[in-house]
Amino acid sequence: MLIKKRTGIEIPSSEITPKHLYLSRRQFMTGAALTATAGFLAACRPGQPIATEGNVAATATGGSTAVSATTDELGDPLNSYQDITTYNNYYEFNTTKDGPARLAKDFPTSPWQVAVGGLVKNPKTYALEDLLKFEQLERIYRLRCVEAWSMVIPWNGFHLSNILNEVEPTSEAKFVRFETIYDPDNMPGQKSPFFPWPYVEGLTIEEAMHDLTILATGLYGEPLLPQNGAPVRLVVPWKYGFKSIKAIVKIDLVAEMPTSLWMASAPHEYGFYANVNPEVDHPRWSQASERRIGELGRRATLLYNGYEEQVTHMYPDPTYDTTQNGNRS
Amino acid sequence: MALVTDTMTKLRKLDRKTWQQLLRVGAHILALYPLALLLRDYYYVNLGADPVREMLLRTGEPALVLLILSLAITPLNTLFGWKQLIPLRRIFGLYAFMYVSLHFLTFVWLDYGLNLQFIWDGVVEQNFVLVGFAAFILLLPLAITSNKWSQRKLGKKWKTLHKLVYIIILLALIHFWWLVKNVYYMPFLYSAVVTILLLMRWQPVKQKALRFQRRYRNWRTQNPISKERSAN
Repeated sequence: MLIKKRTGIEIPSSEITPKHLYLSRRQFMTGAALTATAGFLAACRPGQPIATEGNVAATATGGSTAVSATTDELGDPLNSYQDITTYNNYYEFNTTKDGPARLAKDFPTSPWQVAVGGLVKNPKTYALEDLLKFEQLERIYRLRCVEAWSMVIPWNGFHLSNILNEVEPTSEAKFVRFETIYDPDNMPGQKSPFFPWPYVEGLTIEEAMHDLTILATGLYGEPLLPQNGAPVRLVVPWKYGFKSIKAIVKIDLVAEMPTSLWMASAPHEYGFYANVNPEVDHPRWSQASERRIGELGRRATLLYNGYEEQVTHMYPDPTYDTTQNGNRS
Repeated sequence: MALVTDTMTKLRKLDRKTWQQLLRVGAHILALYPLALLLRDYYYVNLGADPVREMLLRTGEPALVLLILSLAITPLNTLFGWKQLIPLRRIFGLYAFMYVSLHFLTFVWLDYGLNLQFIWDGVVEQNFVLVGFAAFILLLPLAITSNKWSQRKLGKKWKTLHKLVYIIILLALIHFWWLVKNVYYMPFLYSAVVTILLLMRWQPVKQKALRFQRRYRNWRTQNPISKERSAN
């Protein structure tokens, strides 16, 4: 049994705000932001600028759910349930942003099993129900996509370290390798010849054991939807979004650095660590700034996505990341 | 069915001037259609979670398509001798410039909020943006000199100047290739079309196309429209 550690990230659950309330606040704020920057455009149409109908629908179906805060620890508002569940990068379905929500609607997520093995003393296969028995947390994290957009998302899940402590990695184990389900019948994008499916990602053991690293099973207090990686996905908030692998069926402890899907398909552009870093540009575009979904204009990207204090000790050697994005800076 | 063939016959009987006018109107409608859809979706708040990205894509792609359409006119003329299409070249080119300008404005204003620091530090060093920007800048003199007066004033130089469009289309294609992450169907499709259109300007291919045009014209005179009508 792990004792729940308090970090700067966790927000006391004393202040519970019903979903519909902050949704309306969020709408107001995005409305204000849009109007301020683009008054000329906002002036020529009535009503609220960001999709309101969907938000109302989400509120109607999930009226009882709640999150513990309306902002992240930096004071930036949560993205709406609507935004988070309709704007997804999930190439297993297709390469558009709104496609996964449509195509993943009937994706079967139950029954589900996650096989944990490799260099461990007690290999074990977890049913989803077993995973839900671990101590559940809510974590409000920024998600920074390598494409230079970002969101603030309230996840529900548990520490990945729970699983690792149970299976007990052997001393040879240095990395954790994750694999997404391979199910081309239900994931049409997996028929694409451009990628070596299934999706693979990896972390060092130290990263996997980190307090910030969670496996998420929920969002806004509700079970994860397929387009967000249901039933269980990784969330590592200081790395680019593509590291947070979705629909996990396999976790292996390994001795060698795993080759992720993106490393395999574009080795000069995507590295193993892929830590958010405004100083290290993608070979084709800048990582210095980002667009927060729901806002106009840009904000500066923060080193390690704003989690520098918590993770910087893991990267003492400045050359650790020379393969990231292919840049040798 | 009778209505359709009737209309077709009527259309064929139209004189050249009316045809040109119809084509012109059609070109304007076609070119404005993506903008109309974009404005409609903006008005009805239907641009999704990231309206800025949507606006960037939906001004960038029409720009590319219109540029390609404008490049397609000359080869179509070579193949079929459809001189009435020639004015569309300018219309498509100018609309391409309009979409590129909207694309650029969306980028610096709605996306980057006119934040010069971000634009300079983060963007200007990046090839992806630079290539797109270069295409925009090169299109500028072409748009300015697209009128008859400049054409007369510049004489032979006008033709040379407007050859810039070949560089512009290549820059635009590179911009598109660099935008995409690994799934290259669309950039490939556009590049293939552009390759064909450029090849059609290469003398050996052009000569073959002109021979085809002569055969096509002969066939057309041997099968006059009036015959088809009497068959109906």
